[in-house]
Parts: sequence; C-alpha cells; structure tokens
Amino acid sequence: MDRSSPPVLRVSNLCKSFGALRASDGIDLDVRTGEIHALIGPNGAGKTTAINQLSGELSPDQGEILFNGQNVTALPVQKRAQLGLARSYQITSIFPAFTAVENVAMAVQSKQGQNFRFWAKARADRARIDPAMTVLRRMGLENVAGAIAGELAHGQQRQLELAMALATQPKMLLLDEPMAGMGPEDSRRMTEILLPLKDHLSILLVEHDMDVVFALADRITVLVLGKAIATGTPQAIRNSPAVQAAYLGELR
Amino acid sequence: MANSTLSRKSLVLLLGLVVLLALPPVALALDEAFFISLFSRILIYALAAVSLDLILGYAGMASLGHGAFLGVGAYVVGILAFHVSEDLAIPFLPGAWTGTTSAVIAWSAAIVMSALVALAIGALSLRTSGVYFIMITLAFAQMLYFFFVSLVTYGGDDGVNLEQRNSFPLLDLGDDTRFYYVCLAVLLGFIYLCQRLVNSRFGMVMRGCKQNETRMRALGFETYKYKLACFVIAGAGAGLAGALAANQSEFVSPGLMHWTRSGEVMVMVILGGMGTLFGPVFGAIALLLMEEILAAYTQHWMIILGPILILVVLFARRGIYGFLAGDGGRDG
Amino acid sequence: MTFFLFLEQTLNAFQLGVMLFLMAAGLTLVFGIMNMINLAHGSFYMIGAYVAAYVGHLTGSFFIAVAVALPVAAIVGMAVETIALRKLYNRDHLDQVLATFGLILFFNELTSIIWGPQAIFVPIPPLFAGSVEIIPGVPYPVYRLVIIAAGLAVAVLLRLLIVKTRTGMLIRAGASNREMVSALGVDIDRLYTVVFGLGALLAGLAGALAGPILATEIGMGENILILTFVVIIVGGIGSIRGALIGALLVGLVDTYGRAFLPTLLRALFEDPSVADGVGASVSSMSIYILMAVVLVIRPRGLFQAYG
Repeated sequence: MDRSSPPVLRVSNLCKSFGALRASDGIDLDVRTGEIHALIGPNGAGKTTAINQLSGELSPDQGEILFNGQNVTALPVQKRAQLGLARSYQITSIFPAFTAVENVAMAVQSKQGQNFRFWAKARADRARIDPAMTVLRRMGLENVAGAIAGELAHGQQRQLELAMALATQPKMLLLDEPMAGMGPEDSRRMTEILLPLKDHLSILLVEHDMDVVFALADRITVLVLGKAIATGTPQAIRNSPAVQAAYLGELR
Repeated sequence: MANSTLSRKSLVLLLGLVVLLALPPVALALDEAFFISLFSRILIYALAAVSLDLILGYAGMASLGHGAFLGVGAYVVGILAFHVSEDLAIPFLPGAWTGTTSAVIAWSAAIVMSALVALAIGALSLRTSGVYFIMITLAFAQMLYFFFVSLVTYGGDDGVNLEQRNSFPLLDLGDDTRFYYVCLAVLLGFIYLCQRLVNSRFGMVMRGCKQNETRMRALGFETYKYKLACFVIAGAGAGLAGALAANQSEFVSPGLMHWTRSGEVMVMVILGGMGTLFGPVFGAIALLLMEEILAAYTQHWMIILGPILILVVLFARRGIYGFLAGDGGRDG
Repeated sequence: MTFFLFLEQTLNAFQLGVMLFLMAAGLTLVFGIMNMINLAHGSFYMIGAYVAAYVGHLTGSFFIAVAVALPVAAIVGMAVETIALRKLYNRDHLDQVLATFGLILFFNELTSIIWGPQAIFVPIPPLFAGSVEIIPGVPYPVYRLVIIAAGLAVAVLLRLLIVKTRTGMLIRAGASNREMVSALGVDIDRLYTVVFGLGALLAGLAGALAGPILATEIGMGENILILTFVVIIVGGIGSIRGALIGALLVGLVDTYGRAFLPTLLRALFEDPSVADGVGASVSSMSIYILMAVVLVIRPRGLFQAYG
C-alpha cells in the first residue's frame, strides 16, 4: 500500500434521507489504492445505503463521489461499472438460468463490448469463454463451470458473484457482506481469495464478521446512525474509546 | 438421456414441418381448400408470435401492444396499394409517389415503418418496467388504433381493400397455395434469423436482461440500449407479419391493432411455450384451430376459451411445445 | 359565447374525469397493494352497467337499480379474487395479464349470452332529466351534474375511509410497504379480498352511472379500462390522490382536445378537409400524448406512492 498515492475513491459529505431517517449523514471516506477498507457498524447504520450510493443504485441528496479523480456522483450504475467500479450484493445476484461459466462470460463480454453482434454463436466464442474459465479456475470453481448457476450451493454462488465482478477487470470492488450466510469453511476460503486481490485493486468491504474484518482490512471506517465516527487501522479502531462506546461495547 | 430427448425434439419438429409442407396438396386432394387460407393465416400469426417471444420470452419485456406493429405493417401495404388503385400521390412524401404493389418494396417499407414506430414506442415505454410497461405498450397500441380509426381517407373504421395481392417478379401471389408456401418460407427464414440472434452476443445480453437486469447494469451494460434494439427487431418482425396479413385477406382495418389482437398473440406465445422459438408456432396453430373448432359448435366459444386460458396459466406453464418436446424443448 | 362553450366543455371534462376516477381508484389500489395487474377490472364496470340497466328496466327505479348493481359488482369481484386471482399474486405479471384476459373473454361472452349482443340504451332517470342553467343562459344536463357530484362524494368518502379507519390505515401501509403489513400479523387475505371488492364496487358504480349517457354494450369495459391505465400511468401507481388528479387531467385533455383542437387546426391549415382529418387524428391521440409527456418528465407518474 502506497500512502502517498491519491485515493482511488474519495467520498465527501454524502447525505441521503428516507423521510425522517438520515441513512447517510455527511459521510467522508477515502479508499486508497491497493487497500482493503472495511466499513463496519451495527445493523441499521446505513452501510448498504452507502454502498448503493457509491455504486450508483441510489443517488445521494448531497455530497460528492470522486473515483480516480473523476466526479461520478451523477453517473448511473453501468457507467461507473464501465469506469472500473464493480460490486457484489448482500443478496446473491447472478444469472440463475445460465451456467456458471456463462455467468462469468457475461462479465467478460461487458468488458469486451461487441454487444451488437447478431450472428456468431456466443457460447462457442473462445474470446468470451477462455477468460471466463481463467477467472473460474482462480476461484476454484472450474469443476462446476457447466452447472446451472441457480442450482449451485450458496457458498459457490457467492464465489461466482465475486468471479463475475473480477472478470470485468475492475479497479475497485464494492463488496456488500461477501460472507453473508456462509459457513466457516466457505468463509475462510473467501478470505483466502480476497487477500491477494489487493495487489492489483482496491476493495471497500462491508462485513459483520469481525474476525474477517480484522484479518483482511488495512483500515476500518465505523459507521453509526449514518455518521462515520472513526477511521483508522484495525489496531486504532480496536482501541478507540469512541468506537467502543458506540459500537464494540454493544457487542459485549 | 440427453440423446433421447434431443431426438424427441427433432422428431416433433420434423413431423411439424412435414405436416406444414404437405398441407396444401392434401387439402386440395380432399377438396378442402379452406385449410390453405386458414393455415396461411396461422403461419402469419405464428410469425408475429415468434417476434413477440423475442421480447417476451428472451428479453423479459411484457409488451401488450404488439398488435400495433402488425397493424402498421399491414397499413403500409394497404396504403401503398390504395394509392396505386386511386392513382393518388401520397401526402407528406416528396415526389408525388403514387404507391406500389411490388412485394419487395411494400414489404420492406412495412418492416422499416413498423421498426420506426417500435423505436418511438419503445424509447418511451422502456423508461419504465413491470406493470407500467404492460399498461404503456397497451395504451400506445390503442393510440394507433384510434389514429387509424380517425383516418377517413383510408376508410376509418372500415379499413382499405386491396384490389389484388402484392407481386414478386416471376411469382404470382394470387394463387393461395403459392402464397401459403411464401408465408411458410418467410416464417422459417425468420425463425432461423432469430435462432442466430438469440445465441449471439446480443442474444446473451437479452437473456441476461430477462434474468437479472440489475446485475447486467452492475456489470456495465447499458441495458436500455439493448432492450430498445430488441424491441425494434421484434416490431419489425411483426410489421412483416402485418404485411403478409394484409395480403392474405386482401384487406386492412384498424381491427388488426385492436388490443384483443395483441392479447391473442401473447396467448399464442405462452400457450405454445415462452422462451422457445418453435413454441409460438405451436401456440398459433393451437389457438387458431381451437377458435375454428369451438366456433363450429357454438357462437359463444369465448366462454370456453376464457377459462381454458386461466387453467393454462394456473397449471400448464411449460406450454404445448415443452409438453411435446420434453426437456429438449427448452432451447435456453 | 366561447366562454360558455368553454364552461360546458369543462363540466364535460369533469364528468369524464370522475368516471375515470371511480375506475382508477380501485385499480390503483390493487396495483399498489397486491402488485397485480387486473385487465378484468373493466368487466366489473360492464357488470355494473348491465345489472343497473336490467334492474332499472324491471323496477323502473334508478335508485333500486344502482343499489342492486353495486353489491353485485362487489360480490363478483370478491368471488373472482377468491377463486382465481388470489393464486396469481406471486406470479409474474405476464401470468396475471393472461389469466385476466381469459376472464374478460368469459365475462363478455357471459354477458352476451344473458343479455344479448345488442347494445342497450338506458333512459335518463326522470328525476334528473332536463337541464339547469348553471349560470344564466348556459343550460347543462342535470344528470351529468349528478355524476360529477356522486364522483366527488366518493372521492371524499374514500379519503375519509383511508385516513380515518383502521382498514384505511392498512390499505395505506400496504400500498407503500406490503412486507410490513404482513409482518404486522394482519389477515392479509381478507384485506386483499376487501380491497378487491371495494375496487369492483367503485367500477360497478361507474358502470351504473354511465348507463344513461353511454351505450351499455359488450366491450365497454375494455375501452374505459385502457383510459384508466392512462390515468394511472399519469397519476402514479398506488396513489389515490394520483388517481384523482390523473383522472381529471385525462378528462380535461381528452374533452378539450376533441372540442377545440379541430377549430384550432383549421386556423393553421389552409385546406379545411386536411385540417379536419388531422384534427380528428390528433384529438383522438391527445391523452396518449399527455401520457408520453409525463413518461418523459416523470416515468413513475406524477404522484408515485412508492419506489
């Protein structure tokens, strides 16, 4: 991690209200190039709302989002994705009727373009399938490449979703509880997959499992009631009295 | 297992093709020429149903206004022929063109016009989804219906008669048998085109949109653009069906774009098997034959058809083709 | 003179508007709460019209006719909901379209078997026959005023029902958040049936009131249904207020379009026959143009209840 490099994602004064509920209340957040940055907080702190604004699914009431120095606040989801901002969802979001490899091939195709080719058979197109298989192999999913995605085990579906995000060759990943609903075995595998990724991309991670967070994160931001109350290294967060009072103390 | 279901599918399709190819000589031998024109009509509606299935079954857009494109295609043929017989220049066009009865020109014009109308309707309707999309496509089709009803020049409610069918060089469409084979050829050609389409890169985008549009956008696809393109292709296909329909009955009226027509085409798709290319053909055959047969018994045949539809929805979702061809009937 | 014409047309617009409101109010709640598209809503309108025409013919009393038509429409609505549509709430919209399309075919044919395929013309009830001068020199049919008054009264009653009663509270909650209502432990099946019956009753009322000014005929339900869809698209799904404002807007645009556009176009075109032709075409499309404009500005309608 290079501390002097500019942040890949810079969020300032992000605000979003639903009626009287302030889901995001002036959030400031920097994610540096090549870091895994965890966003933690109690239920209802507004973590998913924040992620949805970063990915473009929700538009903020106020504030600014800079991605690689470019203001993306007004861009829709697909434009941000094209710039290299990929995401996973808290509830698994895949193409259930496609095979696993076809799921990833869609992501490959998104990167390659040529979506207005009407004639040639896509499923036989090596340019689509080969890169997809490469990603599947990296995730250890090559054995289920031909299986229908909707029929895979839950843990495999989560990994498949991550594989799709990676196949778009993003600069940054927004991961909304990638371990949700996973057993300890799958969870450990996912940690092993995520850790080496920061060599070539940055990750913003929302996660409940504190073991995972402290194992993966370079820095942590704590969100409480829509406000970012602290940002720092895992050590600093663990020792912060404010965080303990507002959040960690609650767990004990 | 995969082999046996595959052969079952091929068998069903081969059998269907043989029946359709052999129909005119058999009908003539039995002195039942009526079947040739009935099945011409069935093939034409099958074409419209296949085109609707592109957006309905492959791209997941529930349009209830497909009759609009059928009607536009038919009216292009009807209006062009009307100006020939009246020797009247077409208004709002440069060069005082008095229409044509050439099939090549008229059918091409029908395809282009219905594609343009689909572009306009799609561009607006696709700003929404779900129930909104259903209601809006229905409403725009109704708008066109009223538009043609108010066109007094072209007969308003009563529509336009064609003096004769369009003509190809060296091929007389006036003969019902020949016209039947032209319809069959056009339908098979269109199905082949769609077969390539739904398996192409573009086709994969369509299917992705149907399964999970949110995910498609998160992967970086401009789904609006691709859905609109798909909507336009389907509209063009229905326009071609409309051009054929005008020739088949030698008559064009706003009735072609009445909303019940859109509903019927949708029923054909679902009855036959949505998301398959041959299903809608079986659906068209089944629905129109059922209408003919029920109508022979009672004038109130719709009181039987209505509950049948409800039962199909509740209990037989795979459609006729899925039932006949087994698992192989699913072509993706 | 033009002012009088304008006033008369405005009242006509209101009369069409309240009819559409009666249709749209029920439909928009069914959309909003059950997330269900019901093409057969027009059938309840037709049933209301036919039952009122029939009972009116038998008894000679308009009031008895309406009093019978309303519960009949409501009962048919609740029966249809319980027997068939309830199974479709969790299906996709396509299945709902297909099944309710089947219902339309069934009801249209049933009506034709019972009352014959010919249109029925219902006389205006003697009590409301004739005209009154709304302002000196401008006569206006009493019966149309009655329709406007009835429609506005229903709007007020609906508002009271929704704001003041427990059922209304559940309906409001259901329109904005279905999961929440089921989480509250409410008997959701009964709420759905009640909402459906209420919608059918309002549609039946619209049909019964329409009898004396429009032909009572097979297919009348579908014509008004598509107009109602336009109202809901303009107003926004699930919103009673959207339904009211959308209905009045559609009523105004349609009526003004038909009344004034041809004259306006005559001033623009030199050839009067072309002007009349274009005028007739454009005025028949005016409400759809309104719909297109709303779609461009606010794709989810002017008053979306959620989303």
